[in-house]
Amino acid sequence: MTLAEVLLSCMFVGLVAYGLFAGADFGAGIWDLLAGGTRRGARQRQLIEHTIAPVWEANHVWLIFVLVVLWTAFSGAFAAIVTTLYIPLTLAAFGMIARGAAFAFRKSITTLPMRRFLGAAFALSSLVTPYFLGSVVGAVASGRVPPGIAAGDVLTSWLNPTSALGGVLAVLVCAYLAAVFLGADARREGADDLAEQFRTRALGTAAATGALGIAGLFVLRADAPLLFDGLTGRGLPLVVLSVVAGLVALVFLWRRRFLPARAASALAVTAILLGWAAAQYPYVLLPELTIEEAARGRATLVAMLVALAVGALVLVPALAYLYALFQRSPGGEVREGPTSAPGPRAGAT
Amino acid sequence: MDPIVLADAAENLYPARMQMALSLGWHIVFACFGIAFPLITVVSEWLGHRRGDGTLTDLAHTWAKAMGVLFAAGAVSGTLLSFEMGILWPGLMDRFGEVFGFPFVLEGFAFFIEAIFVGVYLFGWNRLSPRAHMLSAVPMIVSGMAGAFFVVAANAWMNNPTGFRLDADGRVVDAQPWAAMFGPSTWPQVVHMLLAAYMVTGFTVASVYAVGMLRGRRDRRHRAGLLVPLAFAAALTPVQIGVGDWIANTVADNQPVKLAAMEAQYETTAGAPLSLGGIYQDDELRWALEIPNGLSLLIHHDPDGVVPGLEEVPPDERPPVNVVHLAYNAMVGLGSALLLLAVVSGWTWWRRRDIPRTPWFLRAVAVSGIAAIVAMEAGWVTTEVGRQPWIVHGLLRTADAVSPASGLYLGLYGVVAVYAVLTVLTAIVLRRLARSPDTPAPQEADAGTPDRAAGEVAVR
Ligand code: HDD
Ligand code: HEM
Ligand code: HEM
Repeated sequence: MTLAEVLLSCMFVGLVAYGLFAGADFGAGIWDLLAGGTRRGARQRQLIEHTIAPVWEANHVWLIFVLVVLWTAFSGAFAAIVTTLYIPLTLAAFGMIARGAAFAFRKSITTLPMRRFLGAAFALSSLVTPYFLGSVVGAVASGRVPPGIAAGDVLTSWLNPTSALGGVLAVLVCAYLAAVFLGADARREGADDLAEQFRTRALGTAAATGALGIAGLFVLRADAPLLFDGLTGRGLPLVVLSVVAGLVALVFLWRRRFLPARAASALAVTAILLGWAAAQYPYVLLPELTIEEAARGRATLVAMLVALAVGALVLVPALAYLYALFQRSPGGEVREGPTSAPGPRAGAT
Repeated sequence: MDPIVLADAAENLYPARMQMALSLGWHIVFACFGIAFPLITVVSEWLGHRRGDGTLTDLAHTWAKAMGVLFAAGAVSGTLLSFEMGILWPGLMDRFGEVFGFPFVLEGFAFFIEAIFVGVYLFGWNRLSPRAHMLSAVPMIVSGMAGAFFVVAANAWMNNPTGFRLDADGRVVDAQPWAAMFGPSTWPQVVHMLLAAYMVTGFTVASVYAVGMLRGRRDRRHRAGLLVPLAFAAALTPVQIGVGDWIANTVADNQPVKLAAMEAQYETTAGAPLSLGGIYQDDELRWALEIPNGLSLLIHHDPDGVVPGLEEVPPDERPPVNVVHLAYNAMVGLGSALLLLAVVSGWTWWRRRDIPRTPWFLRAVAVSGIAAIVAMEAGWVTTEVGRQPWIVHGLLRTADAVSPASGLYLGLYGVVAVYAVLTVLTAIVLRRLARSPDTPAPQEADAGTPDRAAGEVAVR
């Protein structure tokens, strides 16, 4: 592996982590949207809230990490991507602001209309943000971002079949991951009825994701032949791995074994993202700009590798500590019975 | 470049600058709290434990929650900034990303650590032992300051680019990111910024309690809530003024045109006066108050030192003078006023172990928070507008760095709308927190059922 490839892999680790952790956060927001009326949804919302409250900010920094590695080590490619795709990226950023702020503030606010407004903002932005990010991935993967500043079409680059596929897949995957994670959390806290609900949802979204995945192959063959060739060529083992892991996860879910189902689901998502990377190797921007061409000066790359290594030494224990602290603590119990907590869904009552 | 693209870039330039200014100006207020609030809070917690004073630990708990709210607002606005660096200024990132992007990578780690330990600190309030809990704040304090270092180092590089060479075509060769991070402006800017963060946080928190005391709530809680943050801010204000002299000298050495704009001085002069206020028109400053030889004395520590004026460079390399001059005056003026407040507080504390009891003192503290924030914003306007027309001093013009993407200017409207809503929300939440301290913070997992609190509000 060359220096540039190592760095791009590190960036990809960040991307996968963002996909898994923040993906589950977004998904939780989607379930918040679908949790039903104020009373019926209250306990679910409480579970969602207390599962993501302590970690959402940290989960979110993975994206920042991806951005800064890209802009320092692959500055030209970064400039090309963000300028061509500035519309979905700006909308995604607005979505993140709305989501973060609404989630953070709604529990500190008690007036009913405000809580509804914030709840709706939280839930809706959880839905649209992954869509925009997924459509950005679709745009890059289908070779619609040419090198050069704002060289691509600012509209069709992300309004096209592959981007739509990427967006919808991202939403479904987030919802699926969240259902599995929340099911496991509910089980751990002894809220078995909630665990059941999330299990059903996980199975449902898994079916939908699988169906869309198969349909997606046809979309890709027609709309993004290069990506299709890559996925069915070099990327094939990873795609197969993803499918197998997905099926294994379903078996675990069926048997109510949430924790192994979690691991298998994470593997399935990781494998498909890696499959994308393999399919487009050695290009950063399909079909023109290779990794080596896009990489910047050696001194910069070396400095970054050193920083990433040292940073990881500090970061990994800290993150492990954070998750461990919250996983073992009793935290906020999910209260029985309907509470009068005003539901966040606008107009739901 | 092709002319159609240039036309678009020209359309985008002004809104892009406004968008950047708005997002940064908003973010920085919250960033200040992210930098300075953890230490102030922990010191109060520590004092509380040491003296067995429940008032102080309670205060610390309230502040920790406010910190959580402010941190959340800072984090989401910072995310938008990371996108904007590329969306608005691709010419900067494309050409120089490899040179000055590096501190942002380190900054990523700093924010990560800070985000993690803000979660731990709030969550661990009643779950960890006092000692472990206070220790969990240390990474938060260190990484907050480190984060500020890295971002401001990147900005210092834009003011004083070092650590690379350009080839004949103007392309970067031989980028040395470590050298680039420690250019001549880095330390003065970083130190000045860190002190500004402590001043902003200290004065603002103190002002909240000063308002309470003016409304007649003169209990121990209010007194302590005023005293602890004010002590930080007042102690650091004189230092900040000294550092201001250091940073002004750095600017004089490296960016003489910026200095000339700060002083609105057209002609290169020996024994230059220090000008306060006034309006700059037709290459001349009118209606200003002048202190003879003041500027030469400050910059060269010699009353007859020569200070270069704006005439040294062609008009298209001069920044908008009035904005820079007045912003600079505002910063220095407010800084001096805050110094006065600091001296009065320090003096009475030294003589009487108490704060002055006059309402005038409380009124002054009550506005000091706003004053510190305005001084800080004015300082940034001086720095950023004073660098114009360059985005990278002397090397890359802002006009050449802006994205030519069509429709980009519409983003400004979106940002204005989003930030207006966000500002209102933050204000509501903080007000609520100030009124009933048991309001949960965003990072706290176990938000109690809010019905009880709701009743409380309904009564109010
Ligand atoms: C509470 C805030 C505060 C206060 C009281 C002062 N400053 Fe300041 N100043 C800042 C907050 C600030 C800042 C916002 O933090 C800046 C913007 C960029 C920077 O690094 O610091 C800044 C920038 C800044 C610059 C421009 C640096 C550049 O362009 O690179 C100069 C010359 C000074 N300051 C000088 C002073 C002087 C002589 C002061 C004496 C009264 C002073 N400042 C008080
Ligand atoms: C947080 C405090 C800051 C504030 C309030 C601030 C303020 C501003 C303002 C007012 C402008 C517009 C200048 C003009 O167009 O006339 C601007 C531009 C800009 N600033 Fe800052 N700035 C801050 C910090 C930073 C930092 C830390 C960086 C980068 C590391 C940065 C990067 C930029 C860039 C890239 C532009 C656009 C180009 C330009 O106009 O020169 N700023 N900022
Ligand atoms: C172009 C300029 C800037 C960019 C791109 C930027 C980026 C960011 C990002 C991405 C975050 C969120 C991290 C998280 O999720 O925890 C953040 C937060 C933060 N930023 Fe900035 N920032 C800029 C300017 C500044 C400046 C000038 C300072 C301080 C001097 C600063 C200090 C902080 C701090 C302390 C936080 C932690 C969150 C908080 O405490 O509010 N930033 N920034």
